[in-house]
Amino acid sequence: MPLQSLDIKNQSARTSTPPHAAHSTTEVAKLIDISRCIGCKACQSACMEWNDLRDEVGVQEGFYTSPADLSDQSWTLMRFNEEVIDGRLQWLILKDGCYHCEDPGCLKTCPAPGAIVQYSNGIVDFHQEQCIGCGYCTAGCPFHIPRLSGKDAKVYKCTLCSDRVSVGLEPACVKSCPTGALGFGSKEDMLFQAEHRLDDLRERGFARAAVYDPKGVGGTHVVLVLPHGDRPEAYGLPANPRVGPLLNVWRSGLARAAGVATMAAVLAAGILHYMRHGPLEVPPEGDQGVKP
Amino acid sequence: MTAKGKELILRHGNGERVTHWAVAIVFTFLFLSGLALFSPFFFWLSFVLGGGSLMRFIHPLVGVALVLLFYPYAAMLVGDNRWLPNDSKWVQHMGAYMRKEHPDIGETHKYNGGQKLMFWSMVPLIFILAATGVLLWQPWFAPHFSAEARRAAGLIHSICAFIMFVGIGIHVYAAIWTKGAIDAMIRGTVTRAWARFHHPAWERDVTGKDGR
Repeated sequence: MPLQSLDIKNQSARTSTPPHAAHSTTEVAKLIDISRCIGCKACQSACMEWNDLRDEVGVQEGFYTSPADLSDQSWTLMRFNEEVIDGRLQWLILKDGCYHCEDPGCLKTCPAPGAIVQYSNGIVDFHQEQCIGCGYCTAGCPFHIPRLSGKDAKVYKCTLCSDRVSVGLEPACVKSCPTGALGFGSKEDMLFQAEHRLDDLRERGFARAAVYDPKGVGGTHVVLVLPHGDRPEAYGLPANPRVGPLLNVWRSGLARAAGVATMAAVLAAGILHYMRHGPLEVPPEGDQGVKP
Repeated sequence: MTAKGKELILRHGNGERVTHWAVAIVFTFLFLSGLALFSPFFFWLSFVLGGGSLMRFIHPLVGVALVLLFYPYAAMLVGDNRWLPNDSKWVQHMGAYMRKEHPDIGETHKYNGGQKLMFWSMVPLIFILAATGVLLWQPWFAPHFSAEARRAAGLIHSICAFIMFVGIGIHVYAAIWTKGAIDAMIRGTVTRAWARFHHPAWERDVTGKDGR
């Protein structure tokens, strides 16, 4: 649903410029400090509660991650990655969900006007009533986040609680976090906090701790502090997420212009040829000796 | 001779004509709905093609219909579309042919080099469009392919669609340009004079067999 109190700065499949009256919106971010996460899944519960989501009850599959994957009913998921680092088994917990890219591949791919919007505060939101169920966004997302529902053929993902943020509240997951692993505020503040967390981690021996705010997608509005920052893949994160050249060509204005130019060229060639040469007709009887 | 020139010869049988127009209608829907999905500039087409969601749902089903109609149709026509030395000659003199200079291209059979080029371009194009379409087909097939594979499929699908538009565009224009061709595809017949002028070898084969 469009939120009156949030300004839209970009929109899928738009043919006009979004209104730019508001200039002073603060860019927001959620900070996920994985070093403080205890894997309690309160964030998952809070997300279900606030967004009124109920995934199907699954089965125990031999690991702590539950449900097994993101879905149209599970917008955030704690993934418990088991990794051997420096000879020790480590539990690398990733609170997975939409990272709210500054340059969102989903929005770029979407063919339905207004089905995906980006608010001026950085939140990328899906407006399901405009969604046509093509699933292009699932091909455009470098993080494999949006999920197409089998029930209504609409895509769903984390909204960063845009409804809560629009009235000055923090996202439900942040509100529920008991350890302060989740934070929310202006992106500037969150990056500042993240740097402090890095200092702490380095003191504790995590020399390669790093902030995950990938530049390949223009930065994200969900920023992570990774204790093993040199190995984002170990957490299940792409090392260098980006929209990629194939999508940049396929869904570009240039490709669209090339398509129109192609159609116009065929039409013009036909009209001009007919005007210049006229129809190809069978010559009158007498000329039949002159064979083509 | 005069009477004989006006005599009608069957060029396209009933099954062939019906299939041709079915393919034409199906292609038109596919191209227009594809255009709506390709560019926001044309998204309005979705409003006259059932609305975005329904159009998106129908597009791949109609794509299957195209495959099921086109390939049996192509099988019907393939015998007359085998590439012959004269066809290469036609391609060499294509410019002169289009300027109506009546170049010497030898005796044309049922289809000339240009028509055969159209035929042989559609055979692989529709296959590639169908194959890449499967990768994009939600919700049944697309989830089994990686995002990168689907991006490539989307790009190839779009490029092939526009190549097909060019092919079909030339085909439609050639039919408008060549007087008698559209009638032939509607009623099925051409005059003997038309056949002798455009496809002399075919005219001889047909009339010879008929013993006329």
